[in-house]
Amino acid sequence: MKIVLVGHGMVGHKFLEELRQLQTPGAEVTVLCEEPRVAYDRVHLSEFFAGKTAEDLSLVAPGFFAEAGFTLRLGSRAAAIDRRARTVTTQDGVTLPYDKLVLATGSYPFVPPVKGSERDQCFVYRTIEDLEAMKAAGAISRKGVVVGGGLLGLECAKALRDLGLETHVVEFAPRLMAVQVDDEGGRILRSKIEALGVQVHTERNTVEITDGRSARHRMVFADGTHLETDMIVFSAGIRPRDELARQNALAVGARGGIAIDDHCRTSDAAILAIGECAAWRDQTFGLVAPGYEMARIAARQLAGDAQAAFGGADMSTKLKLMGVDVASIGDAHGRTPGCRSFRYADECKQVYKKIVVSADGKHLLGAVLVGNADEYGTLLQMALNRIALPADPEFLILPSSDGKAKPGLGADALPDSAQICSCNNVSKGQICAAVGEGASTIGEIKACTKAGATCGGCVPLVTQVMKAEMARLGLSVNNHLCEHFPYSRQELYHLVRVGEIRSFEDLLARHGQGLGCDICKPTAASIFASCWNDFVLKGELATLQDSNDYFLGNIQKDGTYSVVPRMPGGEVTPEGLIAVGQVAKKYGLYTKITGGQRVDLFGARVEQLPAIWEELIAAGFESGHAYGKALRTVKSCVGSTWCRYGVDDSVGLAIELENRYKGLRAPHKIKFGVSGCTRECAEAQGKDIGIIATERGWNLYVCGNGGMKPRHAELIAADLDKAGLVRLIDRFLMFYVRTADRLQRTSTWRDNLEGGLDYLKAVLIDDSLGICSELEQQMQHVVDTYQCEWKTAITDPEVRKRFRTFINDPRADQRIVFVEERGQIRPARAEERPIVENAEVEA
Amino acid sequence: MSPARTAPMSSEELKWTAVCKLGDILPGTGVCALVEGRHVAVFRIGDSGIHAIDNIDPRSGASVLSRGLVGNLGEHIVVASPLYKNHFDLRTGECLEAPEHSVRAHHVRVNGDDVLIALA
Repeated sequence: MKIVLVGHGMVGHKFLEELRQLQTPGAEVTVLCEEPRVAYDRVHLSEFFAGKTAEDLSLVAPGFFAEAGFTLRLGSRAAAIDRRARTVTTQDGVTLPYDKLVLATGSYPFVPPVKGSERDQCFVYRTIEDLEAMKAAGAISRKGVVVGGGLLGLECAKALRDLGLETHVVEFAPRLMAVQVDDEGGRILRSKIEALGVQVHTERNTVEITDGRSARHRMVFADGTHLETDMIVFSAGIRPRDELARQNALAVGARGGIAIDDHCRTSDAAILAIGECAAWRDQTFGLVAPGYEMARIAARQLAGDAQAAFGGADMSTKLKLMGVDVASIGDAHGRTPGCRSFRYADECKQVYKKIVVSADGKHLLGAVLVGNADEYGTLLQMALNRIALPADPEFLILPSSDGKAKPGLGADALPDSAQICSCNNVSKGQICAAVGEGASTIGEIKACTKAGATCGGCVPLVTQVMKAEMARLGLSVNNHLCEHFPYSRQELYHLVRVGEIRSFEDLLARHGQGLGCDICKPTAASIFASCWNDFVLKGELATLQDSNDYFLGNIQKDGTYSVVPRMPGGEVTPEGLIAVGQVAKKYGLYTKITGGQRVDLFGARVEQLPAIWEELIAAGFESGHAYGKALRTVKSCVGSTWCRYGVDDSVGLAIELENRYKGLRAPHKIKFGVSGCTRECAEAQGKDIGIIATERGWNLYVCGNGGMKPRHAELIAADLDKAGLVRLIDRFLMFYVRTADRLQRTSTWRDNLEGGLDYLKAVLIDDSLGICSELEQQMQHVVDTYQCEWKTAITDPEVRKRFRTFINDPRADQRIVFVEERGQIRPARAEERPIVENAEVEA
Repeated sequence: MSPARTAPMSSEELKWTAVCKLGDILPGTGVCALVEGRHVAVFRIGDSGIHAIDNIDPRSGASVLSRGLVGNLGEHIVVASPLYKNHFDLRTGECLEAPEHSVRAHHVRVNGDDVLIALA
């Protein structure tokens, strides 16, 4: 079957993904994509201005088309359809036959009929090309206006603000987001948006754009007032792209859009339409979730599932506009006959909440939330599943005054069929099934069901469902560290800090029981180090350390240790390299370059370690902490100093950062990368902390990982100056140290944070918890109290004498046997070893 | 070479070797002693509780058990191997995760300030 897909946007690509998953036999798929690039994430388009690149926004996994065997024609617009011959012809004259044609042409931005709207520096906001043009104009503008105060218009205003422009929003209606919120909510939203420095002009009907006096344009309004600006972006809504349907006499909806039935079929059964271009029962959908649902239906249709049907879509939305939570559910405006509403407004905190209930008071019909949308998940489920309301529904939105939990809906109240994640259509039943199969963290649930993996709005609810199901199955949901402490690592950290506890004995006496173990001892040692930063081998602290930290080396399979001197930023002088080489040669060590741009020396026996380090320290080296759950390395590319593409001095910054954070103990190891330009040779986006130079400063990415589960780091802030960058890293690292579980890398920590990246930004940038200055002070303490552990160790005779193989014999461990391979040593394999029984050691 | 643990010799018949002073072992850690050519891990729990088991980790063949972290798992006083973190009961030598990897526990005595070991 020949399938031609017209349009490769978000919905078109979802269709391809579904089709591929269904493995429809004999399907030959050709994709016509008008844009010069493959599908990208239009929902997060404004992040393009916060530093994301077109590649970051791409939705297409590398190799997707090749692996699926689909043909992609980029820059190829479908110009005509011949329904009788069943062919599509592109604008460049290529004619393709089809058995099934799928239209996913999307929509186009509506530009109101205003005289002068075609002038230079007037834009629409839809494609990456539009954004690139806006960016170029932003560089030569001081002031910008968005026409349209709806959802997209406000997104667009954020973009202009990110470009550093004085930003105005001009709206025809009396309030912002007129579709989703009511007057009172609109008022609170407006004052919040204005507090962020965006000027809002409502009830303004633009009639003409002419030359300005103080700026490029003058916008003249119907009431006779005017506003001058250097650039204008029209974001006054979208219209379905149904021209192919109209040209070919396919039925269209009453308000436009290609008419489809429940199976996404147009009036010609060989042609399907999905996404924003389609009109189902005269209704078009400008949200991605219904589009994705149509994509799934269409793919299943073509795979032979005739039953697959579209049942409409809930248009409830929750979003964060410039940091302001806005949500709208169902009948937000109370248009249902007989309905009644409850409203709560707090003008100090700028919060507005309204619920609309049925005439009999039994069911929730709709809601508006502005300024705080914490109840969104609960309210949405109540509305969608027609769950009986509690006797006093007002308590659903009133703040609790006595610390009591709100009348929760409890995950138990939801039917198995309740859709928890609308982006990926995941039901409660599917989440429960995943728990039954062993998933027990939100990260695992995301990985196996995709719930919460797109917009993340449902993560709190997914977590609730997961925990309830675990409790129901009798699975332990306790996060106790071990049998000795009935606390999570985060709680223990808090107890240590607040109680100023500095010894394990004290910690155990006050909050634990028993003797401790190999789980809680190193955890406590790490917490003590993060909080107080004493020498890790001082007194009792030594007894808490894993072998690696006790001997300040990485234990290897044969009981020898590896030695890693610090080389900040991967920079090393010839003298330094020679010194390392001489030490390796003298002690017969195997040498290898690590992934972190330094040299690892293997095969050192415990009693050799102090002498080896004495020589390395004399040559100017310090401990590399390769043995610790601590900052490891800051990898860098050579940067602007040498590289002809470099934008900034990545090596210099890497050295500075490595020296600042060296010695920091954390729940797990931490790796940094610094790249001097977007070519990203330091692979910074695969690190816990990644920094990339831009023309205007540094972009900071967080929570990346290589290894077993690779994860790209996410941009948390763009174009930072060095002081701002360091401040944000201080906060980030200390917040991670404070809240992560034991042995949890930043990427897993991030996947398990309710609220995800937005939450991190709120805490670390907007200081929503009011802890930023504390985090900075704590980091400064760690920085100020840094010491090279090896230097302290070799100068302390008590510590130094611990480095011996036998307490009662000066000999080395004869069981350690090396053989030679490629000119260096390696541990002997069992069959290569002389027979050495436990009982015998040759003298 | 050594009697089965099921038939222990009386204390007088054992061959005791003084390996170190009590103060040589940091409370809550272990050291490795060479006793008649055998690698023995000697642990000090609290101020005076001394335990001795083989130092060689049967899973890796490396002589490392004295370098593990000590503590308790329920009733067992244990050391965790620094290589694969399997736990050994310090009183019996039993490997809790894999009994086939159990090691031998040895006799210990503290005489004044001296720590004495007798192979089991």
